Amino acid sequence: MATGVDTLISPAMQEAKGQWSEPRLSPPISLSDIRKWAIATYWPETPPPLYWDEDYAAGTRWGGIVAPLDFNPFAWPVKRLRPPAAAAPVEGVRLTGINGGQTDTYGEPMRPGDVISARTRLADFNERQGRFGLMLYTYNEIEWTNQNGEFVRRRIATGIRY
Amino acid sequence: MTVNVYFDDVKVGDEMPTWSRTTNFMHWNRYAAVNDEFVPFHMDDDDGRKAGNQQGAFGMGNLRYAYLANALRDWIGDEAEIREIGCQYRAINQKNDTLSVVGKVVEKEVVDGENRVRLETNVMNQNGEATCPGHAVVVLPNR
Repeated sequence: MATGVDTLISPAMQEAKGQWSEPRLSPPISLSDIRKWAIATYWPETPPPLYWDEDYAAGTRWGGIVAPLDFNPFAWPVKRLRPPAAAAPVEGVRLTGINGGQTDTYGEPMRPGDVISARTRLADFNERQGRFGLMLYTYNEIEWTNQNGEFVRRRIATGIRY
Repeated sequence: MTVNVYFDDVKVGDEMPTWSRTTNFMHWNRYAAVNDEFVPFHMDDDDGRKAGNQQGAFGMGNLRYAYLANALRDWIGDEAEIREIGCQYRAINQKNDTLSVVGKVVEKEVVDGENRVRLETNVMNQNGEATCPGHAVVVLPNR
């Protein structure tokens, strides 16, 4: 909880606002990762065959297996890099961060073998007094395209820190 | 080819089938394993309490989002598209909560040649609390 400070908004956040990060590339999406993702998010039920059965998926409009919409091709990085858009709040305050929500717009589906490019920016932020004292709301915009330059997903993610 | 629902047949006020899961560490740990989301307050009751939740560890917002996407996909079938999903995480997913994704059609329109259906959505818990108000836009085929 933030105590003893009047604001959580740092100069680094002011500077980062609106600035797109350099693009970051995912590893190629693997069939196995898609299958495991679907199993985890449908657990304990069997996930739809669109996510794991090549023969079935070939007969759909997609012509093959696609990833669930919420699939994250950036999970499990070998090296963890802090994206520029995640500029830190003021120093010297220990904060808990939670996921406030998101709005996602979708284009092309992700498929096995795709390499997704992501760029991110801190679109906006504000702070207000809330249930846990001073609470900082940040709005990060994350744009994904595939290796053909096609639009895959735009997310506006709300982060809450207190 | 699975078409579960056609644009022509959907009416404002229609509700999509409810999609439910009762969640606990078995679900959260699997999700952590695929999304690499090993955040202490999702893993450990003491860390959950330190983060302000007296009941201990709690579920991932991202998993509730997955449930929303799954509910929409299961309703519309594989031949339709999900164009947009938005939600806010308003209440915590406590251990053993039964989460039910609900959705009601609020608008139908053709935009850029797409048959778009907009829904108000939510994820309700077993106490009738709305944990995750939001919306979705799906694109449905003509009959």
